[in-house]
Amino acid sequence: MYAALWRALPGPTWLRVILALLIVTAVLAACLFFVFPWINSFVSVTDVTVER
Amino acid sequence: MTIRDRSAVRVRHSRPDVLGVIGELLVTAGVFVFLFLGWQLWLNDLIVGGEQREEAIALSRELGSSAIPATPVAPGTDFGDPVISPVAADTALFANIYVPRFGADYVRTIAEGVHASRVLTTGAGHYPETQMPGEVGNFAIAAHRTTWGAPFNKIGELQVGDKIYVQTAEGWYTYLFRSLEYVPPTGVGVLEPVPQQVGVASTDRLITLTSCNPLLSAAERIIAYGLFDSWRPRSAGPPAEIAALAQGEV
Repeated sequence: MYAALWRALPGPTWLRVILALLIVTAVLAACLFFVFPWINSFVSVTDVTVER
Repeated sequence: MTIRDRSAVRVRHSRPDVLGVIGELLVTAGVFVFLFLGWQLWLNDLIVGGEQREEAIALSRELGSSAIPATPVAPGTDFGDPVISPVAADTALFANIYVPRFGADYVRTIAEGVHASRVLTTGAGHYPETQMPGEVGNFAIAAHRTTWGAPFNKIGELQVGDKIYVQTAEGWYTYLFRSLEYVPPTGVGVLEPVPQQVGVASTDRLITLTSCNPLLSAAERIIAYGLFDSWRPRSAGPPAEIAALAQGEV
């Protein structure tokens, strides 16, 4: 899968490395700002109160 | 390269390697889960904690932390019995808590109520059935130990005599940490005016902090008790140890 993605990138190796890094950064940013907060809204909150 | 070799290479490229793709997807999923945990338990706590701190410093100014007496109050001045602020509206921010043991820059808001989604995401929350800061009885608050800024992350590191400062619009209440206790989630006895003793008239002014225990679990509750030490009105200015922090200078 990743090998296929690598082959799909255009240009010489140095350009592919830069493009790959850009894609990884974009995916990480999307996770941090959108995906993780969205998942977190489904994760149950640990209770910290005492209740009857 | 022979013709035979070349066709072998072409076959390897054109036929998708199902197992290989599944393997890569699983590895990706594993990395994703670890990234999420790192975000939830560390990075996001730093971000949310910073936001909660900013909120608390803004509230500190609102509550009047900038009131500094022209002549400094002599250490050990007795201001008599503490003035008790009126009970705040549900979910309203009405106080700040400062715990130097949790960090020199540690301050969090205290809101009325302990709703998981409306209060405990902002800092600490005050159990409505318990007393107010400085009042005879038990001022009990709850906050997260992990996630949502983790205001009480270091609750287990408190040491006897550690200062716990509470700020309201009336002034500054100083409590000294006394002991930890571990109870089941149903251990509401810790909220009694005299903890664990139902219907006993109190003569002490206590603060009670509750959070989850062990770390990352909700199997038990960790309880920190503090005993009232002193109080100073707003006009006397913040206690020296947290004065700079209360004015947003730390």
